[in-house]
Amino acid sequence: MPVERLADELARGLDAPICLTWELTYGCNLSCVHCLSSSGLRDPEELTTREAMGLVDELAAMQVFYVNIGGGEPTLRPDFAELVSYAVSRQVGVKFSTNGTTMTRARARRYAAMDYVDIQISLDGASPASNDPVRGEGTYAMAVLAMERLADAGFGPFKVSVVVTRANAGELDQMLALTRRFGAELRVTRLRPSGRGAAVWNELRPTAEQLRDTHLFLTDHAEVLTGDSFFHLGPLGDQPLAGLNLCGAGRVVCLIDPVGDVYACPFVMHPDFKAGSIREPGGFAAVWRDSALLTGLREPVTGGACNACASFGACHGGCMAAKFFTGLPMDGPDPECVLGHGEKALVMAGGSQAPASVGPGHAKPGRPVPVAFGTRRPARAR
Amino acid sequence: MGCAASTEPGFDPARPYELHPDVALRPEPFGALAYHYGNRRLTFLRSPELVQLVTELGDHESVAASMAALGVATERRPALERALASLAKSEVVRPRSDGAVRAG
Repeated sequence: MPVERLADELARGLDAPICLTWELTYGCNLSCVHCLSSSGLRDPEELTTREAMGLVDELAAMQVFYVNIGGGEPTLRPDFAELVSYAVSRQVGVKFSTNGTTMTRARARRYAAMDYVDIQISLDGASPASNDPVRGEGTYAMAVLAMERLADAGFGPFKVSVVVTRANAGELDQMLALTRRFGAELRVTRLRPSGRGAAVWNELRPTAEQLRDTHLFLTDHAEVLTGDSFFHLGPLGDQPLAGLNLCGAGRVVCLIDPVGDVYACPFVMHPDFKAGSIREPGGFAAVWRDSALLTGLREPVTGGACNACASFGACHGGCMAAKFFTGLPMDGPDPECVLGHGEKALVMAGGSQAPASVGPGHAKPGRPVPVAFGTRRPARAR
Repeated sequence: MGCAASTEPGFDPARPYELHPDVALRPEPFGALAYHYGNRRLTFLRSPELVQLVTELGDHESVAASMAALGVATERRPALERALASLAKSEVVRPRSDGAVRAG
């Protein structure tokens, strides 16, 4: 199969990432319970405007066609508009994720006028009842207002990005209807036990039945985007889900954090998966090409405990980050293995209650840098 | 659906084509990645031969002429034509309406 051969080629890694996430700031005016980057306060060491532009120059030279900008809430950076314009002018397209709280009508019009800019509004439920406990009180209304403003400004098909949880897994049809109402596209991703998500993963992760329904939903709606999030559900179907269906960490994917540290993927912001810093000599290109961590991830994967499983070819052992933060071995099953091997492994690892590690936190005391605006304090979730 | 008057005729190797101006190619060990800044689609060009062909389409009066100029073996041509037809569908390459050969 040609598809299989392509996956093999990608598994050896590319000369530059095709899916690069750049978290622009740890500052955020919300404090979602599942935040992958444990965001809250800006880090005093965040890249300066000049450094950020230098990074854009480097990405342009490597022909990184677009970056996925996130945070934190990236639009809170005072130089956000300047950086987006600069990236686009260097042929580095921008897709940014926002909680929508800063989406004024004027900003929506400005975004609509820009080429090569895509927007993702984060929303984690089809109603305040399911969304607000996760993202904060009033956040459903604000996200929908942002969607209205983008649609009114004629932005075109922006994306609505949903983390599938136990609370919203039953609402995927409603979420799809909601996004269509605004001419938007639905994107669903997997809840990961990373960052603050580690603390809520066990109570918020979808049930086995919900995972089966999610797989059905994705099979029925090929137009729903997933960022290749659900390849661990592959063994539930005869056909692979749309996408590359492999762990892209270090091969086609990586993350640059607000202080310029490079991690193997957006879900493993942990010292064990830090590949280097763009501030070191050689910059990002040297980290991508030469870091021992990233080159190691391009080595062939062995199935370990999964070798004997007939479905290994469909899921490739699942998500590295999900295993790591639940204390499971890297060459064993994904904690949400659809054949139930993960549950058994979790019990053996004793990790089903207390995930092994959490990522670096910026919702912490010491050297706080207040965010520029949006000081409304979100209500605690529970 | 009866698309007799379609404005998107099927791929025809006798006609002139070119790399779409919104597409950027990035060399990779297996060939190249093509990114279309308009429709945001990423496409894999999976042989160096195909990459060279796509790059030089604009220099020749037809796809067939491009292949001849590159010295593509006859038995390789059908596979490359299929690949180009697929690339035309995803707008990585497009027909040149005037048939003019690119200057310079």
